[in-house]
Amino acid sequence: MSNTEESKDFEVRSLDAMCVNESHLQHKWYHNLKYMAVGIAFGIVFVKAEIISWFRIQEMFRFQSFHMYGVIGSAVVVGIISVWAIKKFKIKTIYGEKIEFHPRTFNKGQIIGGLLFGLGWAITGACPGPLYAQIGSGATVISVTLISAIAGTWVYGLLRDKLPH
Amino acid sequence: MIEFIKQPWPWYIAGPLIGLTVPALLILGNKNFGISSSLRHICAACIPAKIPFFQYDWKKEIWNLFFVGGITAGGFLAMAFLENPEPMVVTAELKSELSSYGITDYNNLVPTQIMNWESLFSLRGLLMMIGGGFMIGFGTRYAGGCTSGHSIMGLSTLQWPSLIATCCFMAGGILMANFILPLILSL
Repeated sequence: MSNTEESKDFEVRSLDAMCVNESHLQHKWYHNLKYMAVGIAFGIVFVKAEIISWFRIQEMFRFQSFHMYGVIGSAVVVGIISVWAIKKFKIKTIYGEKIEFHPRTFNKGQIIGGLLFGLGWAITGACPGPLYAQIGSGATVISVTLISAIAGTWVYGLLRDKLPH
Repeated sequence: MIEFIKQPWPWYIAGPLIGLTVPALLILGNKNFGISSSLRHICAACIPAKIPFFQYDWKKEIWNLFFVGGITAGGFLAMAFLENPEPMVVTAELKSELSSYGITDYNNLVPTQIMNWESLFSLRGLLMMIGGGFMIGFGTRYAGGCTSGHSIMGLSTLQWPSLIATCCFMAGGILMANFILPLILSL
């Protein structure tokens, strides 16, 4: 890949910090299995705490139950403490790499896209993670919802230059 | 013990476990917790169609696809071995509202009476499953993240754009659940 292509790639990715991969190491494919293990644990929690339930999401958005607020709120508290500890004690990755954080920049997408995603979250009763877990739990029709979400992402990519950011 | 685990887990167990995903992914390999980006990687891998947004080395991000593959497998394992035999306990308010739309079955986490293969081609099913999915995919990428990327990872690293995004997720959800979804469910 040439330098210009690389810098363009970074520019495209910088608006979207979720896609910045911090590790600079090259590994064999099976090193990815550890992320699969984290995913399995995560998926089990999703099902057992009924986070993938359409009904729990309806309760949340109607302010009828504390459950989902408790889940997200306590997850954020644990996340904040963990990130603080990683920075404070300069904790490294298991490969000895420095853990890097990238600041996110504000753009209008967080408002417009955020509202759109919120609409979709309440209607399907799922955000992207639960979509995967719902399919795994046997709700096969949700694979159509997932394909539609992939299509939505693709259309966003297509129209990206024409949208306000 | 297994009977105990099969019960629904309370928020104060599940929330901290989800929060621990943030340091787990960072320590395992400097990965930022985020799920909606997997949708982008699938586009980049399968249908990039010369769109600049999908021209990047998706293989470098393949860990994310292993991660969501794991979530799918976790969903399967939890149902196969740890399924709660009881119907879901839902608040009476929601039950009475949903019964007016004919939703009375609480045996599944997904409302199977309205989300099934037969209803996919009804107007209601089309709006909920295909329309809803499209808004998730378009909205999360436009916002640059979803509940995991913004609301958990972003807030954990004290990013104010993520706080704005989270507030907008909630605003959109409240609007849909209270004002628009009742109209769709009545179809």
